[in-house]
Amino acid sequence: MAASVPLTPATATTADDVAPSRNTVWRRFRRHKVALVGGVIIVLMGLVAITANLITPADPNFIDQVNWQGYPLAPGIAGHLLGTDENGRDLLARLIFGARISLTVALFAVIMEISIGTFLGAISGYYGGWIDFVIMRATDVVLSIPLLPLLLVITAIVAGTSNKAALNFGVIVLIIGGLSWPAVARLVRASFLSLREREFAEAAKALGNRDGRIIFRHLLPNAIAPIIVQATLEVANVIILESTLSFLGFGIQPPTASWGNMLANAQSNITVAPWAAIFPGLCILITVLAINYLGDGLRDALDPNT
Amino acid sequence: MSALPQAVPADDLVVVRDLTKYFPITAGIFQRHVADVKAVDGIDFEIRRGETLGLVGESGSGKTTAGRVILRLTDATRGSVQFQGRELIGLTRGELRPLRKEMQIIFQDPYASLNPRMTVGSIIREPLEIHHIARGKAADARVQELLRLVGLQPSHANRYPHEFSGGQRQRIGVARALAVDPKFIVADEPVSALDVSIQAQVINLLQDLQQKLGLTYLFIAHDLSVVRHISNRVAVMYVGKLVEIADRDRLYDNPLHPYTQALLSAIPIPDPVVERRRKRIILTGDIPSPVNPPSGCRFHTRCPIAFERCKVEVPAFNEYEPGHRAACHWVEEHGGKAPDLIAVTAALT
Repeated sequence: MAASVPLTPATATTADDVAPSRNTVWRRFRRHKVALVGGVIIVLMGLVAITANLITPADPNFIDQVNWQGYPLAPGIAGHLLGTDENGRDLLARLIFGARISLTVALFAVIMEISIGTFLGAISGYYGGWIDFVIMRATDVVLSIPLLPLLLVITAIVAGTSNKAALNFGVIVLIIGGLSWPAVARLVRASFLSLREREFAEAAKALGNRDGRIIFRHLLPNAIAPIIVQATLEVANVIILESTLSFLGFGIQPPTASWGNMLANAQSNITVAPWAAIFPGLCILITVLAINYLGDGLRDALDPNT
Repeated sequence: MSALPQAVPADDLVVVRDLTKYFPITAGIFQRHVADVKAVDGIDFEIRRGETLGLVGESGSGKTTAGRVILRLTDATRGSVQFQGRELIGLTRGELRPLRKEMQIIFQDPYASLNPRMTVGSIIREPLEIHHIARGKAADARVQELLRLVGLQPSHANRYPHEFSGGQRQRIGVARALAVDPKFIVADEPVSALDVSIQAQVINLLQDLQQKLGLTYLFIAHDLSVVRHISNRVAVMYVGKLVEIADRDRLYDNPLHPYTQALLSAIPIPDPVVERRRKRIILTGDIPSPVNPPSGCRFHTRCPIAFERCKVEVPAFNEYEPGHRAACHWVEEHGGKAPDLIAVTAALT
């Protein structure tokens, strides 16, 4: 198969005649145009969230009392590119700071749920037996708890005792992350049930690998595709869940902006000032779509068989 | 060392005694134990240092399970496996780990036995790291050396398994097994998934390596021609039991057990004239289920010369010539004479 390659001299230990695997993944990812666009959008969103302080046209909580007359200003008026909300605060500035909140909640909650789900699912699928039984029953219990009502109750309690948005933020991440891992756990377990029977798993055992190394170094990389897809779906879910909570008034508390509470506050003026609802809604839509396509592309690029 | 009394003769690398593996069958929500698959049911044999012992049998005869249990990849139900005089059955996984360096396995399916997510280099390198044999530049050099040893190019180290053909993948599997410099290798049908032209290459590679490195093989296969080519001695398994074991030529020239005779008569002869006159012993029925093996001699349900005693009494694994053992009542009652099955089946039809 390497007919054009001259026979390598016995002393040569060079490794650069074949492209390193990292470049291969990138090359394959690049072929997936939509995923590339998704990736660019996510990177831009991330940059916006990180540099919010630098690029914002105004203080997100500053009320433009000079121009504001008690109703939202339309886009373009008085230097407000996207207009203002019902309290005369610059919409673009609030979207930029809202990105920071929405994306961080999503990022941390998903990292948490993927970590817990992957770990428990891997252990459960690999060992089987009573370990599997215990973990899967725990999964069923967690799965049977309706997430939204619980979130409402807990955030209501926390919001009642504290006004600090940061605490609320942490609680939201902990609850979403701590309760939404069962889907991931089941997914990973299913992969491991079949992977542990594959001959390369037995080969790893025959070589004297410890269980931890077999699980995380040999089997997990082969289960990564469904995990990544699930993760991207979950990022979208969490953004929407956070929006729902904020929409219902239990999420990120004003005056801190999140895409969700911006949507919620815009509903009272939806007929006269639709832009106040349209822009945060678009942000959520674009982000969720971009992440899903990014996940698709990553899954394909990480599979060496394509 | 030599002054110490040894439990096994010095030339036996592996001694297997009464090795048994039952896989439990459970049913219902309480995982009630209803039956056992008697995959391996009390087998005894030795593997001498530097030899190749061929282990043959039909699919489902338990030969693969036997190989796995000997390496402790599967836990034995009962019995003993001594490796270099040391008992393997009962060792903890921690105690077993250093011994993994001494004994390795080559798998049947080269497509399934290599991790698709690891490069060939990291697949071969891993055992070096696990057993602290080499690291860094030294490990790189060893990987290159191993690739050359099995007839691949050092530059192949950066590729993934799916970029290789079946024969090349099997070579990668061999390189991985050799990385730890083992003494004993279980080759579990290492060529049955390969094209015939490639089989010869891999077989020759295994033989070259045996000479160069002084390896001992347990060669599991169902292809009798391949086994005849590579083995010093051959053992035949049927439904979890050994029915015959002998030096290769003795077994092929003078098979005692009716089952061995039937197996050997199935080998085609690459000469149309001879092949046309070849008499085959056609066995009726299928291999019995190892869940419910036949009583007495397990072969009595398909044996053309079975008599009453075969149904009730398990035949002893007697030695009839030096190193030639068989488990058959007919042979025992006829003083070690091989039954003429061709004549018997001809008389029956």
